[in-house]
Amino acid sequence: MARVVVLGAGVAGHTTATFLQKWVGNEHEIVVVTPNSQWNWIPSNIWVGVGAMKPEEVTFELEPVYTDLGATFKQAKAVSINPEGGSESDKPFVTIEFTGQGKDGESEDITYDYLVNATGPKLNFGATPGLGEGSNLGEHTVSVCTFGHAEHANEELQKLIEEMRSLPDGEKKNIVIGTGHGMCTCQGAAFEYIFNVEHALNVAGVRDKAELIWISNEYQLGDFGMGGMHLDRGGYLTGSKIFTESIFAERGLKWITQAHTEKVTADTIYYETLDGEHHEVKYDFSMLIPPFAGVGLKAYDKAGEDMTAKVFAPNGFMKVDADYTPRPYAEWRAADWPRTYQNPDYKNMFAAGIAFAPPHFISKPMKSANGTPINPTPPRTGMPSGIIGKTVAESIKDMLNGAAEPTHTASMAEMGAACVASTGMGLLDGTAAAMTVFPVVPDFEKYPETGRDQKLTFGEVGLAGHWIKHILHHMFMYKAKCKPGWTLIPE
Amino acid sequence: MSETESKIINTVAYEQDYFPPKPTSTTKFFRTCKIWQFFRFVSINLKMLKVVAASHH
Repeated sequence: MARVVVLGAGVAGHTTATFLQKWVGNEHEIVVVTPNSQWNWIPSNIWVGVGAMKPEEVTFELEPVYTDLGATFKQAKAVSINPEGGSESDKPFVTIEFTGQGKDGESEDITYDYLVNATGPKLNFGATPGLGEGSNLGEHTVSVCTFGHAEHANEELQKLIEEMRSLPDGEKKNIVIGTGHGMCTCQGAAFEYIFNVEHALNVAGVRDKAELIWISNEYQLGDFGMGGMHLDRGGYLTGSKIFTESIFAERGLKWITQAHTEKVTADTIYYETLDGEHHEVKYDFSMLIPPFAGVGLKAYDKAGEDMTAKVFAPNGFMKVDADYTPRPYAEWRAADWPRTYQNPDYKNMFAAGIAFAPPHFISKPMKSANGTPINPTPPRTGMPSGIIGKTVAESIKDMLNGAAEPTHTASMAEMGAACVASTGMGLLDGTAAAMTVFPVVPDFEKYPETGRDQKLTFGEVGLAGHWIKHILHHMFMYKAKCKPGWTLIPE
Repeated sequence: MSETESKIINTVAYEQDYFPPKPTSTTKFFRTCKIWQFFRFVSINLKMLKVVAASHH
C-alpha cells in the first residue's frame, strides 16, 4: 500500500484527493492535510461580500466528506518537506502542524510515496503598508479572498450604505475596488465585486450617493492577467479593453489602471503609475485584492540542510516541469508552460493549482519610470486549478499502477477558462458578463492573430450568464461534497 | 443659461466614460428579454461545454 499526501483542500487539492480516493482509495492511502476545517467555493464569496449569501451557503465541513470517502483528513498546515527522507530513513516525509482536531500546535511527520502540493496562495497583505482585510490582518481595506473576509466586507459595506442614506443631496462617498499592489492577480474577483457593490447600492437606493472607482495594475481594462483577449463583437475581433470599458462606462464607474498601490491609510490610497507619477485617491470603503505568494513551505535535504531554493521559486511557489529560462516577452512560448506539474528533481512530488510556479507572466512585464514592476501576475484559479488537480490525480493513479512517468497533461496554454461575473440574486433581476477564453495562455504560434481560438473565446452581457452563474454555484458545491454522480460534473 | 451651467453640460465629452461603446436600448432589451436569453443560455452553455471538452486531454 502506498500513501499519497495532498497538501491543501481548495479547488485543486480537493479535486486531486477526491479523484484519487475514488480511483485507488481501496488499495492505497490518501491523506489530506489542510489548515481549514471547511471547504469554500471561493467564486461565491463575492455574493457573501454584499450580503446576498451567507458564509454557510458557500462552505461545508471537510472532515465528514473525507471520512465518508475513506480518506484520512488532518486539519493541519504543512511546514516543511524532506523529499530525501531524514537521518533515520530514506522515506520522504512532510512535517505538519495541527490547527484543529484537538491537536492545535502539535507537530507530526507524515511519510509519503507521492506528494501533491496544492497549498494555494499566502494572501500577502504585508506587501503593501495599510492593506488588509480589516479585522485582524490590516487596518484599512477589506477583502473577499476568504468567506470570513467577505462576511466582514459586507458588514463594512452595510455600515457605509446606512451612512449614505442620511447624506445630504450632492454629497458622495468614494468606493475604491481593485488590486492592492503592482503584482496582483485575481482582477476578475475584484471586477465582479465592484459590479455587485454597484448593484447593492442600486437596490438600497443610494447609487447616486457613491462614486465607484476601479484601481488596478492592469495595463488597460480587460487585461485580467492574461494579456487581455479578443471577442467577436459586431463583426470585429474587438479587444477586451473595449468590452470591459463599455461595461464600466454604462454603469458610470471610473477607472484607474497601470497603478501600483504603494500605501493605504485610513482614508487615502497612494499609488504610483507606469509614467512614474505618484497619485492618491480618497476612499470611504475599499476592497483591494492582496498580492499572492507561496505559503512559505521549507524543503530540507537528507542531511537536514535547507534546500528551499532548489524546490521552490523565489516567490514561494513550487517548481514543476515548466521552462524557467529567463527570456524577453517577445520570446515567450506556449511551450514554456508546465504540462504534468511534476517537480523536476523529485519525481514523486507534484504541484497543482496556484501552488505551482509559473514560468513567467502572461501579461507583458511593465515597469514604471522609477523601476517599480506594475503588471498582473498569472491567474490560475477556478477551472484551471480543477483541471490541473484532476490531471495530477490521473498521472499519480497510473504511476501507482506501474507507469514510469506522468501519463496526463494539462498545460494552461492548451486549456480554457470560463469567467462569469454576475450581480444580483433574483432569477429575473440579475445580469452577468459571461466570458470564456481559450487557451488561457495565448499561443501565437498556433493562433498568430490574437493568440486565442476565437471560436472558443467569447463574451457577452445578459441574464443568461446570470442563470449560468447560479447553476455553477450549486453544481460545484454539489460536486465538492461528492454527492451521487459528482464525477459527471466537469471541472 | 449661466456660464457655470454651460461648463457642466460640456464636460460630458472627453470624460473617461465618453469614448467606450455603450449599449443601445435594443441591446439592453435583448439582454433582459427572457425568450431571447433562454436561447443565449443554451448557446453559452454549449460554448462552455466545448471549452471544457477542449481543455481536458
